[in-house]
Parts: sequence; structure tokens; C-alpha cells
Amino acid sequence: MPTLIRNRQIVDEPLPPPDLVVLQVTDDPAVLADRIGGRGAPIGAIAVHFPKFSDGRGYSIARLLRERYGYKGELRATGEVARDHLYAMAQCGFDAFELRAGEDARAALGAFGDFSEQYQSTVTQPSPLFRRRAG
Amino acid sequence: MYRYDNIDQRLVDERVAQFRDQTRRFLAGELGEDDFRALRLRNGLYVQRYAPMLRIAIPYGLLSTKQLRKLASIARNYDRGYGHFSTRQNLQLNWPKLEQVPDILAELATVEMHAIQTSGNCVRNITADHFAGVARDEIVDSFLWCELIRQWSTFHPEFNYLPRKFKIAVNGAVADRVATFVHDIGLHAVKDAAGDIGFRVIVGGGLGRTPSVGHVIREFLPWPHLLTYLDAILRVYNLHGRRDNIHKARIKILVKERGVEKFRDEVEAEWLRLRDGPATVTAEEIRRIEARFTRPQYQKLADVKYPETKTPFSAWMKRNVHAHQQPGYAAVSVSLKKTGVPPGDMTSAQMERIAELADHYSFGELRVTHEQNLVFADVRQSELPGLWHALRELGLATPNIGLLTNIVCCPGGDFCSLANAKSIPVAEAIQRRFEDLDYLHDIGELDLNISGCMNACGHHHVGHIGILGVDKNGEEWYQVEIGGNQGQSTISNRDGEGNRGLSLISASLGKVIGPSFARADVPDVIERLIDAYLGLRDSENERFVDVVHRTGVEPFKKHVYANLDQKPADRRRALAAA
Ligand code: SF4
Repeated sequence: MPTLIRNRQIVDEPLPPPDLVVLQVTDDPAVLADRIGGRGAPIGAIAVHFPKFSDGRGYSIARLLRERYGYKGELRATGEVARDHLYAMAQCGFDAFELRAGEDARAALGAFGDFSEQYQSTVTQPSPLFRRRAG
Repeated sequence: MYRYDNIDQRLVDERVAQFRDQTRRFLAGELGEDDFRALRLRNGLYVQRYAPMLRIAIPYGLLSTKQLRKLASIARNYDRGYGHFSTRQNLQLNWPKLEQVPDILAELATVEMHAIQTSGNCVRNITADHFAGVARDEIVDSFLWCELIRQWSTFHPEFNYLPRKFKIAVNGAVADRVATFVHDIGLHAVKDAAGDIGFRVIVGGGLGRTPSVGHVIREFLPWPHLLTYLDAILRVYNLHGRRDNIHKARIKILVKERGVEKFRDEVEAEWLRLRDGPATVTAEEIRRIEARFTRPQYQKLADVKYPETKTPFSAWMKRNVHAHQQPGYAAVSVSLKKTGVPPGDMTSAQMERIAELADHYSFGELRVTHEQNLVFADVRQSELPGLWHALRELGLATPNIGLLTNIVCCPGGDFCSLANAKSIPVAEAIQRRFEDLDYLHDIGELDLNISGCMNACGHHHVGHIGILGVDKNGEEWYQVEIGGNQGQSTISNRDGEGNRGLSLISASLGKVIGPSFARADVPDVIERLIDAYLGLRDSENERFVDVVHRTGVEPFKKHVYANLDQKPADRRRALAAA
């Protein structure tokens, strides 16, 4: 059973959530637009699978799901997910993380605090730093 | 200089702590080689042929003397007492120890410096005009926009793991001094009829093994939309750029495979959804950035005229001193291209002495150019003779800016593990062949670039003459291209007329003249190219590259390959006897 961090806590998950939809990084998230909008089969959670440590497509997919298609439910990063990714993944809208084998989950929790601020407009902080600095 | 506020500083400090922990985990065996590689590269750390190499960012090439002194002390304490200024406006240390790199980064952070995103598949240091803020042909001060883009690109959470490295160049002047057409994205500041500022957006240029000239995908992007538009381009690239083949992963390949029209449509469609969103740039932010830049306190001065003579000072004035917006001031190029010194190399002692001079002569600031030289941007014209004497003592007054011996050269086989061939000894041999200054000035403007392999760090495709190291059955050979051109023209010297009067040829890539050469033959080949040029040119105003564009490669080729086994001296003797 892989280690799961959800809402910045280590949780046990004996069984995968019902109605879990898995997207590969080659998938266009548009295929879920209807279901996110409440038409078609319900979505329990969406997982985006990272095939490699350095494959960055999932970050854009997460933003599209959150910002364009308005997805509000659990968004989970799976696959090659290491503590070094967590800060940026969270900024892009992931709120659950299945860590890859061998990651120290407790230490990984600290990674959400790697940075105290970011310059850009993100999912968790849509207002970029320059707007808040000026205000 | 842009001065950090407490948030800028905190982010750099946090990055040092993050990398310190990553290095610790790697050394403790908790982080694998490949994963650490992706992490160390985005902190500028390579593992090279003989030792690690650390690439320190000099954002848009601007440096204070306090920072330069810190670089000197780091080079002395952690390395062998010198550094190498690269073509990317960075400083490279060739011998740091892996376990000391976090300490080096911590020292850099004390002077508002770092090595963030100087390598790796992310947005790299922005290429900027080394005459920004002082050039007479300026439309906007591009440093402000570079800083805005620097902040946007720093740890951008969505674009940390792009298919490949990503380079952006910003040009704020009429002449393009930053080679915008051979960057992943090039931006030209332009003013519309109403005088409002915007950017022409160029995408998909690049060097490397598939050199290509970029395409304009938008003629005028009003400045408030700059960041949302960059977000749109990067998102299309991040999602669709190829990741199956490292040699096809740059955005230029995506643009080519999709076609410019389709690519542009995708970007515009993406942008329509981001447009006017929270990332829209505000006038307050531009004013805030502007206010955090230190600006020289110019005095009211009159221009000083120096008569043109045959003296070395006059030659230096002609080549290395450039017109300035402010009366009574000039910008000065400090040539790091003295024969026998690897292009771009500087010792700690030289850095410290340069810092003293910049404090005295140029408001404590200097710039690093992509031609691997330095610029003192704000020198009083009345002090030019004093500065010249001081630079000459240091061996940094070679009057060769824009000339053949101002060779741009990558570290090559002496340092770089990717090299096919050495590049530094080739540069030196050519410089020795062309030591005669009168001859050099007679040849006129000529960019000569050397890369040790097709990664093209020496930008050989845009040299008027480009030399590329190739491997032939394990031996080092050199391929020669001619007719490349990095942009419109370089800044004209002395008269301050920008590039008027010079022919405006746009960016172009060189063409290979034929089979490659052994190292020992390269200086002869260059000499023959020059011979051919001198015979073909209409007048002194027609530069080498202009002639190549007029006549094509053929006449040069003939001249080079005819009796190549003969030494030029023998040939000259034979010609004289005939
Ligand atoms: S061009 Fe090749 S040899 Fe030269 S620095 Fe780049 S990778 Fe190394």
C-alpha cells in the first residue's frame, strides 16, 4: 500500500476511492469536462499519473482541471512523486499525493514549507505576488 | 541594479536550504543519481569531464561591484582562482566540490545572487542587451521587463519540468543586440501609433543541432498581457512538446511539426482564457520594479571630443567606446579577448581590480555581454584616457570589439564532457594569426564563433564565420560555416547613430563551406576566407557577412579549397613569382 498524503496529512487508504478516474499525462483533461460539470458518471477523485520524476505535463493538466474545468474534488498525484515535487504540485492544485516507494512520508510533509511565497498566480494563490506586494 | 526586497531575499535563502537538503540526501544515498541530476541542474550544477561545474546566474548580465568581489572571493576560496564568463551571461566555475556547492550558494545569496535555473529543463536566465538603459536607439529600458520576467520564471510551479531548456531574450532597442530570432522566445519592444508599449513575439528560434530562425507569432502584444501570453506559450509547449527524443524536444521542433499557423492558433486560444486574468501586469508593478532599480546620478556634462590619431588610445576609442544617451558619458567595452587568454576567462585578482575601476569610473556597476566581454555603461568621457591606461595595465584594453579576434568560444574539450573537439586552442591560434591590429581594423566588423560540439554553446551558427568541432573516427576536426548573423547590426561605435548607415540584414544561419579541416589548418582557412573577402568587397563599408550574402558561399569555397595543401606563405610567394 503506497503512502498517501491528503490535505497535508499522512493517511491510510486500504482501498482506492470509489469512482477514481486516472489520467495519463498524454490525456487531454477536456475528456472529463462533462463529468466535472455534473453530466455523466460521477467522479470520486481524479488521479494524474506522473511517469517520470522530470515529466512536467501533469502540472499543466492539474491547472486545467482546476482553473478551466472547475474541478473541486480530490486531485491526486501518483507515479513518480517525490518530496521534491510537492510544493509545486500543491500550487498547481493537487491536494493528495501517493508517494513513490522509498519516500520518507514524514520528512516529505516538510516539503510543503520549502518556500513561504511564490511570484506567480497559482491555483492556491491566484493573486500573483506583485498584486499583493502593491496592495 | 534591481535591489531585492525581503521577499526576493527570503526565496533565494529558502532555495539554498532546499538544495542543501537535496545534496545531503544524495550524499547519504537517499536520492538516486538521476533524480538528483534533475535537481542539481536547476541549481546550476553539472558534472563535467574533470570536476563539477557550477554556473552562477548574472540575471540579464547586470552586476554590482559588490557582487563581482564576492564572485572573486568564491573563485579563490572554492575554486582555482578564476571564472569563465559564458555566452549566456553567466559565470562558470570549473572546479568546485560538490559537497561545498550549498555553501557557495549561501555565500551568493548574501549578495542577492544565485544559480537558480541556470541549467535544467526550465526557463533560463533572460538574455538582455548589455547597452540597456544607455543606448541611443533605445525604445524601452529592457532591464525592467527582464526583471519582471525573471520573477515570473523563478520557480514557476507549472513549468519546472519542461521538455527541454527554455531561453527568452528581450530587446528594447531598434537594433537587435540579443539575437531574439535564435531564442525559444524573443521579445522586441515596440511602440504603436499612440505611443503605447508592446512586444513583438517571436517563437521557435534556436541554435544547437537543428538551428532555426524564429517566427513572429504576434506583431504587437500590449505590455499588460506579457505574462499571460508567456504562460500560454509555455503551457502549449509543456503539454505538447516532444519528450520522446531529447534532440527533438525544443519548442522550435514543436513549432515546425505543428506549423507556425496552427501553433499560433493554439497559443492564442489558450491565451484568450488567461487574458485579463490575475497575472495581468499592472502599472504599479512596473513602477515598483523601476523604483527598486538603482540609477546612476548623472552630472550635466558636455561631450568631449578626442582627435582621431594613429595611437593605441584612438584605436580603443574607435572599437571599444560606444555612444551614450547622456551628453558627456560613454559606454566602454572591456575586452576579455586578449590573445593567449581563453575567451571569457578572468582571475579573481582581475575581478577585484575591475571592481575597483567600476567603482571609480562607472557608478559601481558593470554588465556581462553574451560576447563574453564586460561593459562599463556609464563612464564620463573626460575620464576615458584614465580608464584606458588602467585597463591596458590589466591587459583588458584590446581594441577588438566587433573584430575578428573578439572570438566567442565555448569551453570545449578542455573542460566540457560533451565536446567533440577543443575550442580554446583554436581561438588562440586564430588570434595569433591576426595579431596585426592595422590588418584587423582593415578587415572590419566580423563575428567569429567557435563551438566544441553541435550543442552550439559558442553560437557558431550565427557567427559571420562559425567553427564547429566534429569527431571523425575519434579525431578532432573542424567544420567551417560562413554567413551567419545574430541579429540586425551591432551597435555602431562613436557616432551614436545606432545602426543607421550600416546595412540591416536580419538574423540568418551560416552555411557549411565544405569538408572539415584538421586543427592545424584552421588559421589558414580563416586567412583564406579573409583573402577572398578582401578581394570581393565593394568598399570598406561592405562587411564580410554582407559579401557572403551578396555572392553566396561559392567564391569563398573555391578560394579555400584551392591548393589547400599549400601554406599561404608559399602560395603568396608563388603568386608573387608568377
Ligand atoms: S558547445 Fe559542446 S563542447 Fe562547447 S560547451 Fe557546449 S556542450 Fe560543451
